[in-house]
Amino acid sequence: MSGLLRYIVQRILALAVTLFFVALIVFLLVRLLPGDPARVIAGVFASEEDVQRIRVQLNLDKPLPTQFVYFLASLLRGDLGISARTSEPVMREILSRLPATVKLAAASTFIAAAVGIPLGTIAATKAHSSLDFSISALVLFGISMPVYWLGIILIIIFAIHLRWFPAAGADQPSSLVLPSLTLAAFSVAFVARMTRSSMLEVLRQDYIRTAWAKGLSALVVLYRHALRNAMIPILTVIGLQFGELLGGAVLTESVFSWPGVGRLLVDSIFSRDYPVVQGIVLIFACLFALVNLLVDVLYGLIDPRIRYE
Amino acid sequence: MVSSIREFVTSEHIRGVPEVWGRLTRHRAALVGLAIVVALALAAVLAPLLTPHDPVQQDLNQVLLPPSLEHPLGTDHLGRDLLARILYGGRLSLFIGVLAVAFGLAIGVPLGVVSGYYRGGVDLVIQRLVDIMLAFPSFLLALALVALLGVGLTNVIVAVGISTVPRFSRIVRGSVLSIREQVYVEAAQAIGAPDLWILFRHVLPNALAPVIVQATLSMGITILVAAGLGFLGLGVQPPTPEWGAMLGEGRLYIFHSPYTATFPGLAIFLAVIGFNLLGDGLRDALDPRLRGIL
Repeated sequence: MSGLLRYIVQRILALAVTLFFVALIVFLLVRLLPGDPARVIAGVFASEEDVQRIRVQLNLDKPLPTQFVYFLASLLRGDLGISARTSEPVMREILSRLPATVKLAAASTFIAAAVGIPLGTIAATKAHSSLDFSISALVLFGISMPVYWLGIILIIIFAIHLRWFPAAGADQPSSLVLPSLTLAAFSVAFVARMTRSSMLEVLRQDYIRTAWAKGLSALVVLYRHALRNAMIPILTVIGLQFGELLGGAVLTESVFSWPGVGRLLVDSIFSRDYPVVQGIVLIFACLFALVNLLVDVLYGLIDPRIRYE
Repeated sequence: MVSSIREFVTSEHIRGVPEVWGRLTRHRAALVGLAIVVALALAAVLAPLLTPHDPVQQDLNQVLLPPSLEHPLGTDHLGRDLLARILYGGRLSLFIGVLAVAFGLAIGVPLGVVSGYYRGGVDLVIQRLVDIMLAFPSFLLALALVALLGVGLTNVIVAVGISTVPRFSRIVRGSVLSIREQVYVEAAQAIGAPDLWILFRHVLPNALAPVIVQATLSMGITILVAAGLGFLGLGVQPPTPEWGAMLGEGRLYIFHSPYTATFPGLAIFLAVIGFNLLGDGLRDALDPRLRGIL
């Protein structure tokens, strides 16, 4: 078996272990709720028979370890239970909302890379200049800005005053602009900051001096020689900020009435639809883990010196 | 001989604080951060002196008034003075930040110390636990905990506090791993000092610098997360003034009265930027080698 393949298998096994515990924690959290989960799921006005029916249906009348085995078994079948609010399978509810969230997250990640990496590169090549200072200030703003506030400000300026983009919904292609900019702001700043420090490190290396000495153009030196070698920490940060992105998506989707999983989560919290809340938390943790696994695998493509052993 | 060593160590220790302070005050960005944080804290504490208005008193004859001399930041949809609500709200937002970080420290630091000092099986168990916590994006973790625990001040503090635990324990573990190899720890072990003594007397004080920096940066993050919960309506419940909740209520009126959402958001932004600047400055003043790690 080649090194990379073995590495991927190892990582997937480690991932499986982590996700097992994630499932255990989510399982325990919901069971340790004060009060009777069956009663909570059935609702305040349900009759005692209904509560009992749900208790048997969800195996809540069995001991905890048995419940967990049932829980895991249904998870492996892709069964996340039934929504208390709509009586639809939780998986179907989440899958119907997932494309909108993925679209938003993908657009924001693209903006983060497309804007953050050049900004950080410029800051590093002009280190300690006024341009670098301005970019640092911008980064600080991006990192400190509450996404929900930025979203509201963008709505006030670009939707209410200038009328360039819609303020809410996802009915037209231009609907994506404001939410994805809002969600991207933090990531742009984060990526720019990491790019700057990683590039500063690389630009000091001998082979960069050689590249300059050979008379290569700035573009070739910076993007072919330097950036490629600076990419590993940048990629790591893009993977890690994906978690922030999922959290930010919950808020961004609420601000812009974006029909994604994040808004489903908030709605479900308010209607005490615990099966859906539990399902979304599990799915988000899985997504986050998968993205970071993908990042680890990409390391080898970017830097062929990395051997997976 | 012993007393001269003690003198040496003590004087070294005392020289440390003014030196760090000196470096901090020469750091322009840190000073700006410190000024913002102190100003916000003072404004929150002195709120009754700064505004004659009551933060929860409604006046339905004065709803959604634009900024004026009487109401410098305008009034909200229930006729409450926005400046008063922001000033009093600062008490709560800063209070939540401080307690949540204290909660995270109280759990994360001991975990990190034990993990790094004893290593082996304990370390493995604790670090896997931290891995699992890190598998949840931090805002999502706080959100899920509040969803399960229910809304309210205490639950928000606990939920936000727990989400800071993994970072504290990771950072402390990292420093302790290198500190435990130092000669002075070996010396203390050689003379038979009890573990607790070594941990509190030798290990912890030397692991403090990155913890202080991370705690400051975490203040910004916890304020941001707690206000995010408030914004969604899952934080402190009305009519108590809290920045995030004010922003959440204010956003319903942005079409006619954009200031209802603008000012509370500005307060959150300022607090977060203040702690971020201060944290960056502290890092440079305490230990420039931490740059790039924290």
